[in-house]
Amino acid sequence: MTQPIIELRDIRKSYQMGDTVSQVLQGVSLTIYPGEYVCIMGPSGCGKSTLLNVLGCLDQPSSGHYFLGGEDVACLNDDDLSKARCRNLGFIFQSYNLIQQLTVLENIEVPLYYKGVPEQESREIAIRLASQVGLSHRLHHRPTELSGGQQQRVAIARSLANDPLVILADEATGNLDSKSGQEILGIFDDLNKAGKTMVFVTHDERMVGRCTRVIRLKDGEVDRDERGAAADRYTGITGTSVRPHAADSSAPDHTAEGVAAALVHQPVLS
Amino acid sequence: MFSLAAHPILRLAVSPQHMWRSIVLGSKSIWLHKLRSMLTALGVVFGVASVVAMLAIGEGASHEAQEQIRKLGSQNIILESVKPSDNQGPAQQTRSMVIEYGLTTRDIDQIRQTIPGVSVVVPSRIISEYLWNESLNVDASIVGALPIYPQMRNRRMLAGRFFSELEQNERLPVCVINQTTAARLFPLASPVGKSIRVRGFYYRVLGIIEDESQRSTGESSGGNNKSSNSNSLAQLIIPFYTLMDQYGDTFFRFRSGSFEAEKVEFHDAIVRVNDVNAVVTRADAIRHLLARNHPNEDYRVTVPIELLRQAERTKRIFSIVLGSIAAISLLVGGIGIMNIMLASVTERTREIGIRRALGARQTDIVLQFLIETVLLAGAGGVIGVILGLGIPIAISHFAGVTTVIKAWAPTLAFSISVITGIAFGIYPAMRAAKMNPVEALRHE
Ligand SMILES: Nc1ncnc2c1ncn2[C@@H]1O[C@H](COP(=O)(O)OP(=O)(O)OP(=O)(O)O)[C@@H](O)[C@H]1O
Ligand SMILES: [Mg+2]
Repeated sequence: MTQPIIELRDIRKSYQMGDTVSQVLQGVSLTIYPGEYVCIMGPSGCGKSTLLNVLGCLDQPSSGHYFLGGEDVACLNDDDLSKARCRNLGFIFQSYNLIQQLTVLENIEVPLYYKGVPEQESREIAIRLASQVGLSHRLHHRPTELSGGQQQRVAIARSLANDPLVILADEATGNLDSKSGQEILGIFDDLNKAGKTMVFVTHDERMVGRCTRVIRLKDGEVDRDERGAAADRYTGITGTSVRPHAADSSAPDHTAEGVAAALVHQPVLS
Repeated sequence: MFSLAAHPILRLAVSPQHMWRSIVLGSKSIWLHKLRSMLTALGVVFGVASVVAMLAIGEGASHEAQEQIRKLGSQNIILESVKPSDNQGPAQQTRSMVIEYGLTTRDIDQIRQTIPGVSVVVPSRIISEYLWNESLNVDASIVGALPIYPQMRNRRMLAGRFFSELEQNERLPVCVINQTTAARLFPLASPVGKSIRVRGFYYRVLGIIEDESQRSTGESSGGNNKSSNSNSLAQLIIPFYTLMDQYGDTFFRFRSGSFEAEKVEFHDAIVRVNDVNAVVTRADAIRHLLARNHPNEDYRVTVPIELLRQAERTKRIFSIVLGSIAAISLLVGGIGIMNIMLASVTERTREIGIRRALGARQTDIVLQFLIETVLLAGAGGVIGVILGLGIPIAISHFAGVTTVIKAWAPTLAFSISVITGIAFGIYPAMRAAKMNPVEALRHE
């Protein structure tokens, strides 16, 4: 087996609220390998976002070990955590979280700026990614001039800019209508098919059909860890099955298909 | 690569290109809120303008003082006769009276005899007459002086020579004229060797002396009725004894249209003190002596070296006044900037969270906000310098005060604005950087 990308060992997270201590994560252990498409599900308040923040090096666990790409990040200082985020992680948020005063291109360039990629090169990467998510005609627009689906595509392009080990998404389609949600999910599928490791937090049971693995949390613990419907793809038994549950989703529109194809044929930032 | 300070948050390791991009980003952000930025920078604008103006006026005051001392001589004490102004009683009574005032031989003799360390006393007398060269004439002052006069007054000879000790003692009818006289009476030819007629008496011209430079403009306010000031007026300088022969020991001036007459022995005299350090004490002694002889204060004592002190005082007062304005403006301006930056940090909490999530270190956030503050303050500084350069020019123009703008003054003032930016920007920037990324992302 290959080296795991993410390995959590007994991760605990508690918040001090006045006198009471609330235990949010109560010993989560899990291992994620390259190319997996992991879906984290569970009832509201069970600690999904908290876990994703820990995975994203935005938050430090109260105890436990977290190996990201072989490096124990649970004991890093703030600067090194920033560097870990900068090099290894891509974020996609429910509310897009684009910087309002920057254009599409400039938003995509933000991670490259902090990575220290020279201006010229970073501009080229941003233009390529923008066209890959189908926004070549919106390069100099500001987020307020874009639809939700378009904004989320910018966010996807941005998350890919620094060629991260893993992409973390917290209810990435939560703010979208079902049509543009499907388009976004189509892009995710194809990213995964192109080899990207994805960790996805969602309430949407239909996602089970798309991912290779489903982790169900309950009260801050891993309740169940099961294979997703697309697990075949991951294990490589039936590589031909492109979209096993395509039947239950409305057909993705052609733009999304095109985008997905582009992403597959030309692996992003190899 | 460079590093700013030892504090971990400030440990900056940034390449010049990265720095440049940060500056461009910062400028854009400031430009986004033009009006707000302008109002915010206003305090710094006034502060910096005051600094520039203060330095220009201060430098101007000392420059002017030094200029005067150069003209009047730092070892000199200048005594002048002043017509008493307000102690004359009803005008009707004085109509037919002879007004007698000013320095007398007795004063000069007493100074010579009782004040130690005083080397030369040069008395001079000024008389108003018409000078003639053939058909050309000019209304001029005739000055009776000693041969040392040019050195004492720091006036250069432009042509020919001054009269000698011998000519003085022989009471010869020789003279030296100033530029103005030369230009008026001898517009075409050189006057040296020619003669000038005054009331049927001829004086041979020995040389041309430069015009008397403008004396102190506002500082010496002893008398308000001074008649002997001869700024760029025509002058005829003759040996003192020659003048005594011609016009007697005293001088009468009859005012046309009235019976009033003036009797003045000396219009002015210069006392040279051998030791520069003793000038002030000798001046006090002379003031005492003259105060005893002249209860009606019909004289004035000017001590050039005291002008320097006066200038220092002026400079200090301006420094205190404008310095306080500058300090208060900069403080208020700085607080204004800090206030706006704190608001801006709160307003942009979400952006900070996003940037942190995308890999920005605390240092990057500090840098981002600090650059914005410094750009804001620096822009205020530039406007302030421009304004500050205008103030001294306006003051010189309207108030006649000399101002001197040294090259380092705007540089210093601009640096102050940048330092203000850093000083008041560091706290908001740190606050932005210290935010918890998760909470910042959740911020609405
Ligand atoms: N900063 C905090 N301080 C105190 N308690 C917190 C904090 N952040 C989260 N919690 C608590 O941790 C628990 C889990 O929160 P979390 O946001 O991870 O839930 P979630 O699974 O993402 O829920 P949802 O599906 O509604 O987004 C909640 O009970 C919440 O109140
Ligand atoms: Mg959540």
